[in-house]
Amino acid sequence: MQFEYFINGGDFSKAGQASSQFKKVLQQLNVAPHTIKRIVVALYEAEVNIVAHAFKGKISIELQPDLVSMLLTDEGPGIPDIEKAMEVGYSTASPKVREMGFGAGMGLSNIKNNADLLEITSIVGKGTTLKISVNLSKQE
Amino acid sequence: MKLDEITKILNARVICGEENLSREISHVFASDLMSDVLTIDSRNLLLITGLTNVQTIRTSEMADIQNIVIVRNKKVTPEMSEIAIDNKMVILECEFSMFRACGILYAAGMQPVY
Repeated sequence: MQFEYFINGGDFSKAGQASSQFKKVLQQLNVAPHTIKRIVVALYEAEVNIVAHAFKGKISIELQPDLVSMLLTDEGPGIPDIEKAMEVGYSTASPKVREMGFGAGMGLSNIKNNADLLEITSIVGKGTTLKISVNLSKQE
Repeated sequence: MKLDEITKILNARVICGEENLSREISHVFASDLMSDVLTIDSRNLLLITGLTNVQTIRTSEMADIQNIVIVRNKKVTPEMSEIAIDNKMVILECEFSMFRACGILYAAGMQPVY
């Protein structure tokens, strides 16, 4: 099954809608709650990153019986130093993002903690792509 | 401790989820930082926060948190309660500071997440 969601940068009122919709899909498919939480926390962190940093973005999700693969591509400033961006506590978030309860420099590392695979590629001035995969076969 | 008892000792107001006040709570986490909330184990959890925007509720939805106390006399927006009702959440509004609310619940035997 394939799913696509489009995200507008800066629109915090809608941030999380895509993750919320996909969570409902996973619940309907009776995926284990612990696995759903790992998937949607990773997805939500990545969705919030697009809203916080990019102009716009697209989420493409492929759901297979044993694997969920999420591809998040955005048009935005890109990440100059991915290794540094992965460090806990490092953040370039605006005051507005911090007012929403984010921007503590924990997002990318939390995605990594919840995912079985995380790949980040980025071109400065163009945008960033995240590939996040979570195995569905793991038992509780 | 059940949520209706928590409502009483915090002198709180039930904003939504009245039908779920019999839920049993064992652990409490207090934070205004949603990034932290997204990293915790959320079983039988009550979240205490003073952050009142839609992302408070979205974060709770993603983290499987169903019970929230809004402290410092902050008000829940209609948009927040709409999403909360949709997700069968209980939201309480409390006039106390976060420290006071935490102190009362800790003294009543609630456990920390870590």
